[in-house]
Amino acid sequence: MSDHIPTTARSLVDLAASTPQQDLFARVLDQRSRPNPYPLYAALRRQPVSRQADGTWVVSGYDEIAALLHDPRISSDMRNAGQESAPGAEKSFILRDPPSHDRLRGAVMARFTPAVVESLRADVRRITGELLDAAGSQGRIDLVDEVAYPLPVSVICKLLGIPPEDEARFHVWADTLARSLDRDPDMTQEEADQIQHAADALADYLTQFTAERAKNPGEDLISGLLTGGAHTEPLRGDELVVTTRLLLIAGHETTVNLITNGMLTLLRHPDILTRFRREPALVVPMVEELVRYEPSVQFRYRATLDDIDVGGTTIPGGSAVVLLLAAGSRDPHHFDQPEQFIPDRTPNEHFGFGGGIHYCVGAPLARLEAHVVLPELVRRLENPRLAEDPPPYRPTAALRGPRHLWLNVDRVRP
Amino acid sequence: MEVGVEHRLSPTSTAAGLPDDGHVVIVGASLAGLHGAEALREQGFAGQITLVGEEPHPPYDRPPLSKRVLAGRMSADDTGLPQREDFEAQWRLGTAAVSLDRAAKTVTLADGDVLGFDKLLIATGARARPWPKVHEAALGGVFSIRTRDDARALQARLATRPRRVLVIGAGFVGSEAASVCRELGLDVTVVERSPAPLVGALGGPAGSAAGRLQRRHGVDLRTNTSVRSLEGDGVGRLRRAALSDGDILDVDVAIVALGAVRNVEWLAGSALSVDGRGVRCDAYCRAVDSAGQPDDDVLVAGDIARWPHPLFDGELLAVEHWDNAVRQARVAAVTMLHGPVLQHTALPAFWSNQFGVNIKSVGVPARADQFAVVQGSVENSAFVAAYGQQGRVIGALAVNMPRALDAYATMITNRASFPPVARIPDAPDPIRVLDTALPPLGQAAPDAGRPQPDEQRAGARPSL
Amino acid sequence: MRVVVDLARCQSYGQCVFAAPEVFELTGPEVLEYDSAPSDHLREQAERARAACPVQAITIGPAAGPTRDATAAPPRSAAIDTVGGQR
Repeated sequence: MSDHIPTTARSLVDLAASTPQQDLFARVLDQRSRPNPYPLYAALRRQPVSRQADGTWVVSGYDEIAALLHDPRISSDMRNAGQESAPGAEKSFILRDPPSHDRLRGAVMARFTPAVVESLRADVRRITGELLDAAGSQGRIDLVDEVAYPLPVSVICKLLGIPPEDEARFHVWADTLARSLDRDPDMTQEEADQIQHAADALADYLTQFTAERAKNPGEDLISGLLTGGAHTEPLRGDELVVTTRLLLIAGHETTVNLITNGMLTLLRHPDILTRFRREPALVVPMVEELVRYEPSVQFRYRATLDDIDVGGTTIPGGSAVVLLLAAGSRDPHHFDQPEQFIPDRTPNEHFGFGGGIHYCVGAPLARLEAHVVLPELVRRLENPRLAEDPPPYRPTAALRGPRHLWLNVDRVRP
Repeated sequence: MEVGVEHRLSPTSTAAGLPDDGHVVIVGASLAGLHGAEALREQGFAGQITLVGEEPHPPYDRPPLSKRVLAGRMSADDTGLPQREDFEAQWRLGTAAVSLDRAAKTVTLADGDVLGFDKLLIATGARARPWPKVHEAALGGVFSIRTRDDARALQARLATRPRRVLVIGAGFVGSEAASVCRELGLDVTVVERSPAPLVGALGGPAGSAAGRLQRRHGVDLRTNTSVRSLEGDGVGRLRRAALSDGDILDVDVAIVALGAVRNVEWLAGSALSVDGRGVRCDAYCRAVDSAGQPDDDVLVAGDIARWPHPLFDGELLAVEHWDNAVRQARVAAVTMLHGPVLQHTALPAFWSNQFGVNIKSVGVPARADQFAVVQGSVENSAFVAAYGQQGRVIGALAVNMPRALDAYATMITNRASFPPVARIPDAPDPIRVLDTALPPLGQAAPDAGRPQPDEQRAGARPSL
Repeated sequence: MRVVVDLARCQSYGQCVFAAPEVFELTGPEVLEYDSAPSDHLREQAERARAACPVQAITIGPAAGPTRDATAAPPRSAAIDTVGGQR
């Protein structure tokens, strides 16, 4: 997998076509595929359920993914595919199965109410405004570092009740820990150590913080999780720490990518950008199309608990399975013109937030943030142009998004 | 979505003899009729569409009638269905069709008008089965819940806080009505001939769980029991009900929830294959005549249709579900425009909300002879049950686990073996297979006089 | 404006409740209820819900029928006597 990976769309298609089916997913994981993995996905879909050289099964067809997302014989605990987890690590609910998944997720859902999410709208507006004000003096801005990255961490800190003075540390931890969601075989020991270090530091912080909140509960989510609810038990100790950590990581990186991929996609479609300026309400269907077309979460790993027949293939029990959500969301058997970005696509039954019992808990917050931020970016950034295309990408293939998105702008409007 | 399927139809499909300026008559202006008309327009039909409805109201949504409307949280007038876009159609509301002449290709209306058609969609649905004793049914305080007007009248009566409500029949509509009564704090007695509620649609073990749920919510549930008579006072108002268990109940309100009767009478002279169970059609929704031949110009959809589903061979399927009305009408529209190219193969799917619980089902649980809880627990009111027949999964039920059901729909389509043997983290251990015919609460009483038991066995859930 | 949810498709993901809390509500852990005739100022919310529905089960549109005013039809009272169907 060390040969050159070209970057033009045409040659990517040729490359994907000439890659043996069983090696395609290794190419997806290759950092050099990050700017445009979609030709590889199209090649994978020729065989919607395919076994890769390393024994992993990749599921790339819409119907097959939909079936497995809802299949009770699919586990989110990769130990069921013989994969070790970090010793002693408590698992968050996205890596668990019922019934413990349901209990922990239910505890969060009970506190993550429509009213709570709506109460963050004003904060999202204010923070976005402040970040753009701060970016205002320059003709060139990095949308990632200056807006998309700081915003979700600040919002989650607000949700969790983290004091503003501690936010900076959360930004660092969130950045490092995002990599732990990706099973990147190329990860170095040094990177693994950094992740562990950040996890430990966050755990220490949260242990202290929750102990303090237990004594002086507030209106925040952590206090709510500590108290429990009418139908949910209080969370304690490690469970509370890993749940909070999950909200931080999963809620952060994905939102960064949603905002950044959103602006990138708009700048690649000037006609749609023009229409969006005239028609800001377009953001509502457009965000759904964004998470179909350039989803923050490209794929998730699962394990089979039993032999499963899907798409005419039997995946043996105990296998590691990749649900290639981003490939399913571009399956021509389910979507007309799947490779086109159609901002008001209807219906749009995408996998942008997953599906089944693990459907993204934070989806309402992600939508709210995108609904606020994207129109604001378009309104305030005058004549934005991509400084480089494709932009540099983060290493992770599963949580795919630009590391930087440099924009040249005439000015940032007040 | 089925719309996508339709769009992918090959443009080389043979035209089905419907001219661009032709006339489609849709008899029945409810859910199926509306969706048939919408689908025709969505697929580019530019000719004339006439919708004929016996009720004066434009198409409205029935499921809320026995729930939100009855509870007074929604006005019966607010049940009107949306249409996707403006589409041109002639509406003949408040006028029933009285006869069909297939040779002349005309429909005659109650007001004497005669409508000629190129294609006809029969979507006259069903009506509430009335209380069989006419003079008792006429008593003030005796209600059905099928139409918007029924629901409005019953809601107004419940709002006056009657002392006790009698619900006759513990199918879905009766059970939902009982749920609303309890929610309103009204005393309610439910009388059901079967050994449990919902037993016709869901079998004994699930019915037994439904019965426990009702009793936990304070319903006076009388199973294996029937109503002998309804008695009025001097001015024709309901006062008492005599039950087969010997009890005489003082009741002000009786809700007759004995299922539905198909509106087939107007087709008597049509030489179609019609009986009390509905109008026979093929999988393309073409009505089948009395000689067994499909009529390309007469289509059937919704509650009134009976058709052969490729997955459930043998008996014809008749499905009184919301979802079926929509999908079948859309298939009928495709057949009108393109001929027999798309089969109606959607799995029956229904839902109900009662006593704070979400119930969903897929497939044909009513035809199953075996039942097994495969996820969750009945005690916690959150479980999935699979239904088996001859070693195959043919249906599934999800109670408060709506996101779990799709996997079982796939199993039904794949003719997976029953019981599904799998390692599932939240499965009971061991999985126990029960007989759906098990009388769950002691011995079933003799069933004489039970209205149309075949219909209950067919699992036809009233589409309320 | 009229709203209808295909509750056979609905899997109670609850996204509509977040998007349009004045139109949709969960009255039990998995029980969805909604206002089928919300007033026009809730249109934006309702559209957000329609777009967000993971199974695309929500339809919004003008009231079906010959006029846009669904209440124009003359009301009929009485219960049992309106049961009669096609004759």
